[in-house]
Amino acid sequence: MGYKMKTWILAAVAVILMVLYVVYGLTGNLDYILPRRLLKLLAICLTGGAIAFATTIFMTITNNRILTPSVLGLDSLYMLVQTIIIFFFGSNMMVLLGGTVNYLISIMCMVLFSLVLYQFLFKGEKNNIYFLLLVGMILGTFFGSFTDFMQVLIDPNEFMIVQDRMFASINNVNTDLLYISIGIIVLTFIYFMRFYKYLDVLALGREEAINLGVPYHYVVKRLLIIVVILISVATALIGPITFLGLLVVNVSYELMKTYRHFYIIWGAVLISIIALVGGQFLVERLFTFSTTISVIINFIGGLYFIYLLLKENRKW
Amino acid sequence: MVKLKSVFKAYNQKKVIEDVSLEIEKGTITSFIGPNGAGKSTLVSMISRLISKDGGAITIDGQDIMHTKNNEMAKKISILKQTNAVNLKLTIRELVSFGRFPYSQGKLTKVDEAKIDEAIDYMELRDMQDRYLDELSGGQRQRAHIAMVIAQDTEYILLDEPLNNLDMRHSVQIMKTLRNLVNEMGKTILLVIHDINFASCYSDHIVALKDGKIVKQGRTCDVIDRCVLKDIYDMDIDIKEIDGRKICDYF
Ligand SMILES: Nc1ncnc2c1ncn2[C@@H]1O[C@H](COP(=O)(O)OP(=O)(O)OP(=O)(O)O)[C@@H](O)[C@H]1O
Ligand SMILES: [Mg+2]
Repeated sequence: MGYKMKTWILAAVAVILMVLYVVYGLTGNLDYILPRRLLKLLAICLTGGAIAFATTIFMTITNNRILTPSVLGLDSLYMLVQTIIIFFFGSNMMVLLGGTVNYLISIMCMVLFSLVLYQFLFKGEKNNIYFLLLVGMILGTFFGSFTDFMQVLIDPNEFMIVQDRMFASINNVNTDLLYISIGIIVLTFIYFMRFYKYLDVLALGREEAINLGVPYHYVVKRLLIIVVILISVATALIGPITFLGLLVVNVSYELMKTYRHFYIIWGAVLISIIALVGGQFLVERLFTFSTTISVIINFIGGLYFIYLLLKENRKW
Repeated sequence: MVKLKSVFKAYNQKKVIEDVSLEIEKGTITSFIGPNGAGKSTLVSMISRLISKDGGAITIDGQDIMHTKNNEMAKKISILKQTNAVNLKLTIRELVSFGRFPYSQGKLTKVDEAKIDEAIDYMELRDMQDRYLDELSGGQRQRAHIAMVIAQDTEYILLDEPLNNLDMRHSVQIMKTLRNLVNEMGKTILLVIHDINFASCYSDHIVALKDGKIVKQGRTCDVIDRCVLKDIYDMDIDIKEIDGRKICDYF
């Protein structure tokens, strides 16, 4: 079976799951329930797509299959930035300005941070992936703990007010930010199209890319900014899911068996949507919220991550 | 013409290339020889922009390599690296197609396809062009990478140990191919090579490096010389002339 066929099959499965998610058990006040379900579905699809897309690009520019933006702690950092902003400006300000301002400031901070990250990832002529992985894991944990710490410091009453609006999870999707997020994703995607043609060549490695005339530093820096924006958007909408990106991109590579990014990206995006929508369907309608999908995905993804580490370790 | 002026490179304060100046004429084959760690790969990588230099200037046809558009340079100069580890699921033909990227930007035209076919035929890979790289022998993979460089169709071609992994027949065949590219299509070829007999039989000029410096450069017949080789390798090498070609006996 060719990769075109596989892409269509994945798309079909994704659509079926989406329809199922919306119509299954649809009773009661339709005017209320239907729009809510649709908004949530949209948020989940956007997030799943953004994570898969960002992770594919990230793996290509770093030339590896285990380092993802989430494993490096980018989504934890996003949460931290958001918390710091609330900490300094107070909830009054936040409620006044709405989540949107916090959101935009957070994204800008993340873009600035990506320039620092760039120095780490790409300035040296050779990099040790395992060292980066270690640093990323430590920083990720640090960001997470520090976020909790700051949240404890914030006045509990104030925190209650902002918590709901600022910190999303998959059962508490931040639909306020949905429209602006769609805007950001569309703009980012349009910007990305200029660099799309370089992805396949970048996958050959830095030296081959330079040999073939890719303006390497220019392109990679901009792709990294795109990655960071997408991860920020995803985290704002449904919160961090550490191992989702790792899982779906690797599965896409395994399934598609091609190097063409067009199919790898579509594959990863669709698998991601299938995993999130399908998983959420099971969690909401069948398990009736006794567990969360982040837990399931991080469990499976975590196992897969360990498997990848062991497998890659044998090669190097 | 490739011109190097006082090129310098250091890794953590350790000088790897020191004050190398060199001119390479168009339409010639120049071989770089020297012991392991002499700095041959480093030098070739700097000429092809893969690594940055710490001092000096490199120009190709009068253009500074670092201040010319990347895509223009990629149509002028190409390199085959010493090690080529691609961990993608690629067939030979797909790999060779990448050589056309500077021209096609990913959208292959008829002309591109023709160049790819030509390169594949040159390296005798036609009957295995759809096989995946990770299912090939080392020598077959090496030939696929050489085919990619040929498909890139640049005026200047840099090859870092192109005979790696190749059997005798293919080694000779590739050197003949390179000779043809120079004689018939006016290409300029720079290659790093360890087998001094291949260097002696196929190159116009030889540059001998040792400890990051040029020990000797000149026409092949001047460099393949007992005293010079003793200087480079610290070995006594017997040189015999067979049919007007200098063959080194170092066994
Ligand atoms: N990334 C690096 N970091 C530090 N030192 C390096 C690096 N790359 C090369 N070197 C050093 O530079 C020197 C020249 O290396 P180079 O690869 O150019 O040698 P070479 O002449 O190509 O050798 P060989 O014949 O073994 O391929 C060596 O001493 C090597 O240890
Ligand atoms: Mg070398």
